[in-house]
Order: sequence, then structure tokens, then C-alpha cells
Amino acid sequence: MTRNRRLRFLSLLGCCASVLGAASAAEPLQSLIDAEAPGSTLRLAATVYTIDEAVNLNKPLSIEGSNGTIIDGQWRDTLMLIGPDASGSTVRGIMFRNGGRSSTREWAGIRIDGASRVTIEDNQFMDCNYGIYLAKAADCVLQGNTVTGKPGIEQNSGNGIHLWSSQRVAIRGNDVSGHRDGIYLEFSGNTLVEENAVHENTRYGLHFMSANDCRYVENRFTANGAGVAVMYSTNVEMTGNLFEKSWGGSAYGLLLKDIRDSHITDNTFHANSTGVYAQGVTRTRFERNLLRENGWALRLLSDGTENEILDNDFIRNSFDFAVNGQLISHRIAGNYWDRYEGYDLRRDGDGDVPYRPVSLYGMLTERVPASLVLLHSFMVQLIDRAERAFPSITPESVVDESPAMKPRRPVAGGPASRLP
Amino acid sequence: MIIRIVKYVLSDILRGRVAIAYTLFLLAAGFGLFNLGGDVDKGLVSILSVVLMIVPLTSLVFATIHYYNSYEFIELLSAQPIRRHTLLLGQYLGVAAALGTAFFVGVGLPILLYARTSVGGCILAAGLLLTLVFVAIAFLGAVSTRDKARGMGVALLLWLFFALLFDGILLFIVFTFQDYPMEKAAIGLVALNPIDLARTFVLLQMDVSALMGMTGAVMRDFLGSGAGIAYTLGVLMAWISVPLTLALRAFKRKDL
Repeated sequence: MTRNRRLRFLSLLGCCASVLGAASAAEPLQSLIDAEAPGSTLRLAATVYTIDEAVNLNKPLSIEGSNGTIIDGQWRDTLMLIGPDASGSTVRGIMFRNGGRSSTREWAGIRIDGASRVTIEDNQFMDCNYGIYLAKAADCVLQGNTVTGKPGIEQNSGNGIHLWSSQRVAIRGNDVSGHRDGIYLEFSGNTLVEENAVHENTRYGLHFMSANDCRYVENRFTANGAGVAVMYSTNVEMTGNLFEKSWGGSAYGLLLKDIRDSHITDNTFHANSTGVYAQGVTRTRFERNLLRENGWALRLLSDGTENEILDNDFIRNSFDFAVNGQLISHRIAGNYWDRYEGYDLRRDGDGDVPYRPVSLYGMLTERVPASLVLLHSFMVQLIDRAERAFPSITPESVVDESPAMKPRRPVAGGPASRLP
Repeated sequence: MIIRIVKYVLSDILRGRVAIAYTLFLLAAGFGLFNLGGDVDKGLVSILSVVLMIVPLTSLVFATIHYYNSYEFIELLSAQPIRRHTLLLGQYLGVAAALGTAFFVGVGLPILLYARTSVGGCILAAGLLLTLVFVAIAFLGAVSTRDKARGMGVALLLWLFFALLFDGILLFIVFTFQDYPMEKAAIGLVALNPIDLARTFVLLQMDVSALMGMTGAVMRDFLGSGAGIAYTLGVLMAWISVPLTLALRAFKRKDL
């Protein structure tokens, strides 16, 4: 009973606070923050706080917005700065809008600089150059935020969620669109990116630059310039993501450049111009992925070594596999290729005849893209068949010795044009 | 008058077994490909290959044979007060209607049952247009060649050219001039072959991801747009009307 009463008292207090907040809307946000004791909760009213310069959070506070709390930056500066003294702060339920735009300075909705254990939760960021910017931060949680940018010129616009030199950050359940990179990780290790929806960003959905030991799981990357770009990183785990509709001359579902010791497992690549583009990839395992209705499903440059391509399903791609030379010490086994025409007399589920996924026509198209107009032509089928019977031009090292007879995942869905 | 000729030609063809056999073959191929592949999209790719191969071949050969076989009937009718123009057009429409119906039933039924998609619709439209085109080309070839054996030879050569040789030449040209931006030229050359036109028409629905990745994105910008589709259909219409007009003119001046 006493507990109940205390709760009621607290909520009454909350009401008073919000009434006070509403009454003093003219009072600058900065002085509201300065008035709070460290460790307390500041509840903001459902009103628009217009600010002229960045609000500086210099002590641990929990700032909670009501439904309709807006911080408007008037396109001038960063909106909120969370410094090292504000470690342990929480910012929740606020809309940040109209951040400053600059090509020399990185103005953001929220900038966390050197702080740790900060939680940014259920906020909205509208038209900020950078949405959430973390520099030298650690152990932060970015969760349930919606970051919406105005797609502009790639060089001038910022990233939705940007991590620089930060450690152990969890980015979970956010919706990021309309920025240059949706989520950008640079020199940031041990980061978890989980269940985010990242769409329509001009460059990459998720971008790793020298970010080691990271995981990204169950995200959905739709119609970005490239879904995910992993560059110069080691030990990255990519599991259960969906990469779709990255369309364009240099658009990829997943772009890998100079990465090592990584795992790409159980992902779906659907209707991308190129599903996976791998350059300089070493000791990486590509396993149990579904590649469906892509232009080129897998494009593997021969500067990589010791990769494993196992148990994937290649279905209805215009081209399954493209290489630019021989592959050195790769293992390709157990994949399902829907163009495979072998048989399984041993009845072990694997075809008895090896399969060469690189087609002659695919190689011709690599050299002269204009020959793409001959796709599905009878002539093309003829030369492909001839090459398959007597391989002479296609690289002999690209061969699946035990192609699967059936796809691992149930085949559903239809042509790309019909998908939502 | 023309309707009576069309009716007569239609009933004549339908009484023969070839049209029925053609329908049954297409039906068997359609159902077989959808069931064997296990995947609707894969089936559609195979059906597209069949349509691009078989429909021109059947249209050319059947229309040529029909023309020579009904030569006496044509001679008889031209002794009557019927304009030659009407006479040949009636023959053309009759053959085209018979083959078109056979195709529509033979391929349309499996597509209707398994793949009611835009790709399926495009394949149907492409096949029907190809039927009209190649019956017209066959009539032109047959009217201009008096000898039946030679006429058949012409028909088969035309098929070989459009179905196979043309693509080889196209590939050769594209490779010879690979240092130049050939995308636009390649699309221009495609218009010279109705089979290729029909193929790209379906391709834009089927392999949308690959075409979006084409350097320069010429295919997307041009053929993928509404204007591009109108262009494709317009050129296919020209492929029907030009050979047909030439055939009618040749037939009018012909000493039967």
C-alpha cells in the first residue's frame, strides 16, 4: 500500500515537473540541465526547445522526453553534446531536428565524446547531418531510434549512426534512412549491430572501416547504394541478415574489401545487382546463405585465398559466380546451383558430377558488358553448353566437387518485381 | 469477304492435325517445365527459351507449307471477283489466328495455372507477337519463291538466321568494338531481330537485377521506361506490317 502511494506521489511529481517544463518553455534547455543534480531525471515537456548552440551535458543525467518533445537546432550546430563527465547518462523519447550542416565540421543530433555507458533510446532524428555520433566512447547502447536524413550530395551528408574509435557499443532495433552511410563503424571494436532496418542510404547501409571483432545479426538492408561494406577488418561475424535491392552499376548487397577470418552465415541476398563482391578476402567462411534473383550472385576476385564457400543456395540469379582468374586454395562444396544438371546415383544428396559455376557467357559479359543484351539467347546457351562439355576458357579451379541436389532453404517468393 | 476467307482457312487448319499437335506439344512442354523444375521462376526461364525457339520455327515452317499446299485454292479464288489483297490478307489472318490460338492455349494454360505474374504475361505477349511476325515473314518468303522446296529452304534459313546467326553476329560486333561504348549500339542492333526484341522485352521483367547493374544503365533508362516498352512494341509491329505489306505487294504483281 505504501509503495502504491509512493508511486502515485512520484507520478504527481512528474506531472508537476512537466507542467513546470511547459510553463517555462522559454527557459533555455541548457539552464534546465544545469539546474539538475547529477544522477537525477530531467523530464522534458511536450514542447519545442529551440536552441542556438549545442546543449552541453556535463553530468550524468537521465533526460526523458514526453510524447512531442522536440529539440530544434535551427540548422546551426550539434544539438546535444555528451561529454566524458556525463558517463552513464540516458536520453530517451526526444525528437532532434534540423541540425547544422557543414562540410568541414561533423555536426550531429547527439554527439557522445569520450563518455561511456550512455544509453540513447527511442529518439527520433530528423534532418541532422549526422544522427548519433560517437567518438572515443565505450559501452554505449543505441536502441530503437529512428534516424531520417535528407538524402543530399554524398560528399556533404553525414552518417546516420557514426562510431569513431569506440568500443563495445550495441546498436539495436534502429531505423536508419536517407544518410550517406546508415551506420558507420571506424576503428570501433566489439560492436554488436542487431535487428536494425537500414534503407535508402546513398552510400552504404552499414560500413566497417578497420572495425575488428564486430558482429551484425538479423538486420535488414534495403535499397542502399551497397547494403554492407566491410573493409580492412578482421573477425567480423555476419549472420542472418537480409540484403536486398541494391541496384546500380556499382551496387552490391555485401561489399568485402581486405577482410580476414570472418564468417558470413545464414544471410539472404535477394535481388541485388551484385549479391556479394569480395576483394582481397582471406580465410573467410561463406556458409548456408541464400542468393536469389541477383544479377551476379557472388563475385570473387582472385586476390583472396583460403576462403570456404559451403552449403549455399544459388537460385535464379542471372549469373551465379564470377571470378577474374584462378582461385587459390579455396574450398567450394555442397552448394545448391539451380543450373546444375548432374545426377545422384549414390543417393547421398550430393551430385556425382562436379559443377563449374562460372559460365563462359558470364566471363564474356565481364569483359564486354554490352553483351548483356544477349542474356537467355539460344546462342549463349549453346556456347555455355559447349564450354561445359569441354572446359577450356573458364577457370578449372572454380569447381564444386559435391553440389547439392536440393536447396537447403524452402524456395518461396517470386520475381523481384513482385516483392514488397 | 475477308472474314469468309479467314473462316475457311481456320476451319481447314483446325481440321488438320498439325495445329492440334502444336498445341499439345506446347501444353506438354509448359506443364513439364513447371513441374520438373520445381520452381516457377526457373520454369519461366525454360518456357521463354522454348517460346523463342519453337514459335518462330513453327510459324515459319507451318505458314510456308500452308501457302504452298493451298496454292491451288488460291489460284481458284483469284479467278473469282476477289481482290488479291483481300485474298492474301485473309490467308495470313487465318494462319496467324490458328497458330496464335494454338500458342495461347498451349502456353497460356500452364502460365495461367502456375505463374500469373508480369513475367508470365510478358512471355505470352512476346509469343503472340512472334507468331504474327514470323507468319508474315513466311508469307513474304513463300510469295516471292515459286518452288516449294526452295521456299522451305528459305523459311529454314530465315529461322536459322534470326534464332542463332544474328546473335552470333551481334556478339562478334560487340566484341570487335569493345573499346567503344557499345551499349546503345547493341540496343539499336537488337531492333533488327524480332526474336531478340521479344527476348529483351521479357528480360526487363525477369532479370531486372542484372540489368540494373549494367554499366551506363542504358537498358534501365531506355528499355525499362514506358517509352522503351512502347518502342519495343512499335518495332515489333513494324516487323509484322512491313513484311506483310511487301508480301501483299509481291502477290498483287505476281503471275500466278
